[in-house]
Amino acid sequence: MSTTNFEPTAEQIKEQRLYADMGMTDAEYELAVEKLGRMPNWTEIGLFSVMWSEHCSYKKSKPVLRKFPTKGPQVLQGPGEGAGIVDIGDEQAVVFKMESHNHPSAIEPYQGAATGVGGIIRDVFSMGARPIAMLNSLRFGELKSARGKYLFEEVVAGIAGYGNCIGIPTVGGEIQFDPCYEGNPLVNAMCVGLIDHKDIQKGVAAGVGNTVMYVGAKTGRDGIHGATFSSEELSEEADEKRSAVQVGDPFMEKLLLEACLEVVKSDALVGIQDMGAAGLTSSSAEMASKAGTGVEMNLDLVPQRETGMSAYEMMLSESQERMLIVVKTGREDEIKAIFEKYDLDAVAVGRVTDDKMLRLLHKGEVVAEVPADALAEDAPVYNMPEAEPAYFAQYQAMENAEPAVTDYKETLSALLQAPTVASKEWVYDQYDYQVRTNTVVAPGSDAAVIRVRGTNKGLAMTTDCNSRYIYLDPTTGGKIAVAEAARNIVATGAKPLAITDCLNFGNPEKPEIFWQIQKSADGISEACLALDAPVIGGNVSMYNERSGEAVYPTPTIGMVGLVEDLAHVTTQDAKNAGDIVYVIGETKTEFGGSELQKLVEGRIFGQAPTIDLAVEAKRQDELLAAIRAGLVASAHDVSEGGVAVALAEKTFDANGLGMNVTLTGSATTALFAETQSRFIVTVSPANKDAFEKIVTDANEIGVVTDDATLTINGETGVLVEGSVEEFRSAWKGAIPCLLKSEA
Amino acid sequence: MKFAVLVFPGSNCDVDMYHAIKDELGEEVEYVWHSETSLDGFDGVLVPGGFSYGDYLRCGAMANQSNIMTALKEFAAAGKPVLGVCNGFQILTEAGLLPGALLRNKNLKFMCRTVTLNVENNNTLFTNQYAAGEQIEIPIAHGEGNYYCDEETLASLQANNQIVFTYDNNPNGSLQNIAGIINEQGNVLGMMPHPERAANEIVGGADGLKLFTSIVKQWREQHVNN
Repeated sequence: MSTTNFEPTAEQIKEQRLYADMGMTDAEYELAVEKLGRMPNWTEIGLFSVMWSEHCSYKKSKPVLRKFPTKGPQVLQGPGEGAGIVDIGDEQAVVFKMESHNHPSAIEPYQGAATGVGGIIRDVFSMGARPIAMLNSLRFGELKSARGKYLFEEVVAGIAGYGNCIGIPTVGGEIQFDPCYEGNPLVNAMCVGLIDHKDIQKGVAAGVGNTVMYVGAKTGRDGIHGATFSSEELSEEADEKRSAVQVGDPFMEKLLLEACLEVVKSDALVGIQDMGAAGLTSSSAEMASKAGTGVEMNLDLVPQRETGMSAYEMMLSESQERMLIVVKTGREDEIKAIFEKYDLDAVAVGRVTDDKMLRLLHKGEVVAEVPADALAEDAPVYNMPEAEPAYFAQYQAMENAEPAVTDYKETLSALLQAPTVASKEWVYDQYDYQVRTNTVVAPGSDAAVIRVRGTNKGLAMTTDCNSRYIYLDPTTGGKIAVAEAARNIVATGAKPLAITDCLNFGNPEKPEIFWQIQKSADGISEACLALDAPVIGGNVSMYNERSGEAVYPTPTIGMVGLVEDLAHVTTQDAKNAGDIVYVIGETKTEFGGSELQKLVEGRIFGQAPTIDLAVEAKRQDELLAAIRAGLVASAHDVSEGGVAVALAEKTFDANGLGMNVTLTGSATTALFAETQSRFIVTVSPANKDAFEKIVTDANEIGVVTDDATLTINGETGVLVEGSVEEFRSAWKGAIPCLLKSEA
Repeated sequence: MKFAVLVFPGSNCDVDMYHAIKDELGEEVEYVWHSETSLDGFDGVLVPGGFSYGDYLRCGAMANQSNIMTALKEFAAAGKPVLGVCNGFQILTEAGLLPGALLRNKNLKFMCRTVTLNVENNNTLFTNQYAAGEQIEIPIAHGEGNYYCDEETLASLQANNQIVFTYDNNPNGSLQNIAGIINEQGNVLGMMPHPERAANEIVGGADGLKLFTSIVKQWREQHVNN
């Protein structure tokens, strides 16, 4: 066995600890030697290092992921494949997954975000599903610095550029802004697909002797060690890692998508997997490991964009828009013909073997020979130490107190202009959210709804995570993240089916960070069980730190629900003057992590809002029952900014309607507290009795008016009064205004 | 009446166009792949939106080099109806079937929203079901919808009543608020807004449906008279 001339020898790798530059520890190097029975060469150490990176192996997060409930009668495919799958009846299923692309987006925001979108789309169509919608969850600094604005504008442009071109509507998402994300923004993209049960594919290299084919774009030198780069903290030198960011070509992916969806109809196809992180290495090793087989590939046959590429470079490249497929022997030409229609490469590069080895040939020599299981299933797993951070006990010991507010109307206006609360129209105006003409509820309401063509059903979808609560109290905050997603789904008229999660955290080697991971996973799991929404897949993104400062723990929840009948679809906007306004649920003095606290105090502290999952489940069930009975004109969950913000939002797209309500209790709490498990709904007077019979915690607070004025009265008189237009323009203009202001 | 929906690599509103015809209009429709050379047997051709060839080089420029374009030019020359929407409009200008060009939006950003259009000319085979001056709500979704032509061309467009749709509130900087134009013969319409996305109340309104019923009505009348 030999290596290319300029590459270090196996001895040099060991002596000079060259593996350390690839993110491997001494112990991991020794483990690789043990698995191999000899010292790995340059190509082989490259394979081990990317496959054993946290990004590919989940070596530090696996023990956490095992906590999640992943089963349910509706689940057809749980975690472990490209994406999870949930039954929606009529022999159809919904396929979805969310993934992060944080580190690439921090240094090359346009391409980082674009390839994040491209990667998650491939995960969905590699299952055989037609992608029908995209969502995203984004986190940035507060849009005060020039760099912060640049990251925000370019990430949005990258998402738009890729999604619009490939023709999948971007229908929803959420964006929050906090100083903790200034140096390390979060970019999570979610793709939802639709599939007939009979078309479900798996990423397996089954059937010894079958042909391994490389399809799609050619391999170049971009993205080498992308997975490794994603598994370390961002430093001041991070910009030097720009070459680890891939470059996307949505047109190429559109062709690959259409070709793959034709190929999955062929019974010549045995297995298919995206070449995502760690490219050719992960796809080949994982497909072999899952099938209990081996794979042998001749790298001379790999379509290459550049000359003189080494085996190491080809195996570690993360060039985009590529797939690895396994095809029945003798039927390669049928598959080739489909790809040729789209002018795509489809090349037989190897075969399935029975020796469980990943064997690579290059220029007539064996350049790597590694047990596939050693790279995939048998990667090391670590139980990281955890420690409760000192801040937690301090915050828990604090009494809940109201932030000092003097002018309620001014405060409401300021909250509506906080970028997290403000209208995101500037963002979604750049996304084609209508292509494929199935978008029933477009961006801007609680959850988006996509109709299932040919049926009267719909799919509701949302992404949610309030990381401030999670920072203050990860267990409670984890519960809230799932509950809030479910609230958005239910308010739209759908029943939650399942979730995907994207666990964005700081450096797990710090015990305080690992504690956040563990506790929030506990909270998420508990809420998933209570709300019958198992975890069917997701992604872990750690090391979200810049210069040692971690982001808030941000386990983003992507949830999909089923609308049984499109007649149930309910939006947040008030519908008719004279309708009764209700708040479902009581309000407590809870301001820890709230928008008001951040606004008034300039920081967050104290206890996160509490949540009782049994109460949450009951209220969601009752509201959904009332919606399905046709009793609810509009529904909106109460989240950041409390009841006042939720009421205002209900008037912004309500064609000249207004509201006149009266709240009880202390004014600041009544208006702005962020107590959980609450909704605001409007109901026609004719449905009053029937509605109140079903929804037991509904409190009547007022009426929808026709005067385009928002009036909120308290025990002492009028608290807030102003024209809808006044509040609306503040809310709508905030983000464009921030972007235009001088840094 | 039988429609063809042209499909180029990167077309993505082909599905929308197909379903508007089949599900909402109830007429016959088939996809025609760009490498085909004939449009025989079709009564109308729809050139859909999307990003043909990724919009690389220039929107519509590469699609204009496809095999099917020769057949499309013959089809148009024969006076049969051709509708190009969004990228389809861009392709028709590249092909010289319509004058002018589509530049980048004035704000240099992609925009997706529903806009109000004025029906400036309801005396065409595409608009006979609309009232003169009718205002309709139709979605737009484009990055390069800013219509431009030279003064002479504009004068002739105006003189011949070729400006069919204008924006009520110009979103993209297009000349004279132009949203859609027709050729001199009156059988080729190009427009940036998407009538096929407004063919069903449940997903974006139904104001676009009359554009398709106009085409069918005219065709039926001609074929009854013949």
